[in-house]
Amino acid sequence: MSCVGEIYSLLNFVSGSLFSLEVGLRVSLFITCYNDTLFPETGKAVVRVLERLGHTVEFPTGQTCCGQMHYNTGYQAEAMPLLERFVTQFRGAEAVVVPSSSCVAMIRDHYPKMALAIGKKELIADVEELLPKVFEFSEFLTKRLGLEDVGAFYPHRVTYHASCHGLRNLELGDGPVRLLKAVRGIDLVELQGLEQCCGFGGTFAVKNADVSAAMLADKMAAVLETKAEACTACDNSCLMHIQGGLHRQKTGVRTVHLAEILAGDEGVAQ
Amino acid sequence: MSAVALDPKTAPTFPMAAKAAMGDAQLRKNVRHATDVIQAKRARVVAEMPDWQDLREAGKQIRQHTMENLDFYLEEFEANCTRAGGVVHWARDAEEARRTIVSLVKASGSDEVIKIKSMTTEEIQLNSALEAAGVHPIETDLAELIIQLGEDRPSHIVVPALHKNRQQIREIFQRTMNLPELGDKPHDLADAARVFLREKFLRVKTGVSGANFLIAETGGVCIVESEGNGRMCLTLPETLIAVAGIDKVIPRYQDLEVLLQLLPRSATGERMNPYTSVWTGVDTADGPRVFHVVLMDNARTEILADEEARQTLNCIRCAACQNACPVYRQTGGHAYGSVYAGPIGAILTPQLQEMHHAQSLPYASSLCGACYEVCPVKINIPEVLIHLRNKVVKQKGLSAEALAMRTMGLIFRSERRFRAAQRLGRVAESPLAGKDGWIGWLPGLLGGWTQARDLQEMPKETFRDWWEKRGKNGN
Repeated sequence: MSCVGEIYSLLNFVSGSLFSLEVGLRVSLFITCYNDTLFPETGKAVVRVLERLGHTVEFPTGQTCCGQMHYNTGYQAEAMPLLERFVTQFRGAEAVVVPSSSCVAMIRDHYPKMALAIGKKELIADVEELLPKVFEFSEFLTKRLGLEDVGAFYPHRVTYHASCHGLRNLELGDGPVRLLKAVRGIDLVELQGLEQCCGFGGTFAVKNADVSAAMLADKMAAVLETKAEACTACDNSCLMHIQGGLHRQKTGVRTVHLAEILAGDEGVAQ
Repeated sequence: MSAVALDPKTAPTFPMAAKAAMGDAQLRKNVRHATDVIQAKRARVVAEMPDWQDLREAGKQIRQHTMENLDFYLEEFEANCTRAGGVVHWARDAEEARRTIVSLVKASGSDEVIKIKSMTTEEIQLNSALEAAGVHPIETDLAELIIQLGEDRPSHIVVPALHKNRQQIREIFQRTMNLPELGDKPHDLADAARVFLREKFLRVKTGVSGANFLIAETGGVCIVESEGNGRMCLTLPETLIAVAGIDKVIPRYQDLEVLLQLLPRSATGERMNPYTSVWTGVDTADGPRVFHVVLMDNARTEILADEEARQTLNCIRCAACQNACPVYRQTGGHAYGSVYAGPIGAILTPQLQEMHHAQSLPYASSLCGACYEVCPVKINIPEVLIHLRNKVVKQKGLSAEALAMRTMGLIFRSERRFRAAQRLGRVAESPLAGKDGWIGWLPGLLGGWTQARDLQEMPKETFRDWWEKRGKNGN
């Protein structure tokens, strides 16, 4: 653990009694299938931030996917066993942290009625008990821990895209922006139309490729307008989409998950 | 003559129609501009209402309660409308509604009708049926008149000619009204329409309207509009025929207090629309002597029977979801192949077709939720879209996509299989990746992705591999 981390643990320990901030939580990480496979750096960043704040991270290895892709595309039957799997993996967790708004929206908005449809009493009760403990990463920091400054340093020009599920389903509001504003060295620029969908939408991006690409073009134009070095969000799915377009257009602008910005400190400044 | 009506039975799939629509730069510019203007106006008048969320909830409750007791309120409406001197007709489907209306028009002795803007008459393609029966329909709503004279099709529920700009409208009027000197200022166009229509209002003896609300308690019918042309059609003809889906009923007169706050603000960004007409039966002193109401089912009871999709019927046709939808804003309304475009169209149209047609529409959404956010009666459109997708999948049976989904489902049900798939994926995609670690082309279904985007090669190490190593290193 770095020196900064230790200071932070100490700070949190002290402030914990003053501002009812909690330390020493046992946090279960639900990395999500696509972050696990495609964006391991985001997972590492989440671990880094949480540990720096004095919490213990656990990773139940039987976890796979929340079932969002199946559920949203119309394959609800395939999503049902994945719900049961999730519950088995995270039952009894103190807190479940997920670096993806859309997966949390899937869990929060759909699991209760899916459990009812499956009809197992125990499962319905488990879901009910587990749901209040499931947090999107930024939400965990701002709402559960009541934090804004997590001791990050990130000396880059950044713009923030509010992903639809975070904005409308989880009602994250300005939580992610408050976290970003507290980052040292950051040059945060507002994105015009930040509430507009980037056009990803899961299988929408391939089923309606032309419309999706047109929506992406609008989003990229707004990102380029900010002259930011990087576009951030709470969802790597949106970012993968935006980054895919930015790379195709050879813009040189990159995308980075919010957790990776918050994990930056002076020791590892990029 | 009117253009061939939009018909979900024969329309191309949404992705195909959308691609064609997006090739029309002028159309996209018009749609973007118009939806921007309406959205900004809406946002202003919604922001000044401290109880907007309560109003939305009240609107939802009124509509939900109505749908749960629809049979009761329809019979109450019929009884009260009949008592007030109206004649109520029931139509099982579009065909029966058309037949009833055509015969009522014939019985009125007129071979022309003046029409108030009505999406329900568009839904049942009434104009073609009237023309086939030798009756000339005259649209009196400015936008609908533009559509009729331009032999075009409506692209928006509230503003049917939203895809046309002023210059295009001037061109249509110049050509069809024979006005070579016509200007393109709003008042020039309104004046031209006024002169064109006034003579028709005074001459034609039969009017056809839709309805915004049918009030069960009084038997009254309510129409909201901006131009006053509707008021003319409701008061001048001798015979008035209103056609409405059975979903348009509301229980009490007092419910208008909520709904007439929600509708104009959501639809046109106005605190109150310029003309609100409520009439009940007939009156010997004034207005039409004969009044008919055609109550049409046309698949609405099937929608009602589907518990998860029932909320579709709560719609009050404000089109706020269309203006807010990032998909609609790219494509405009024609791509939906139906008079009901945008998010509400994506859920309503397939259901009006009993899911036999328009199966690509439930997928015409990124599920961004902007529609739900603005809906004045809180219809959870994304939820219904997902429900309908499930229905489509069940109807379609086995396909390449279904097979892929089933395989993915199996993979996710086992940690071992998931890890194997992660490794396999990395091996399978590696020949596609360039030296810079990016993929510019993908095969098959995934080709849609690389049409406009690159994909980064999978990293060498998954998160769980890293986690495991970290554990072993005792970190």
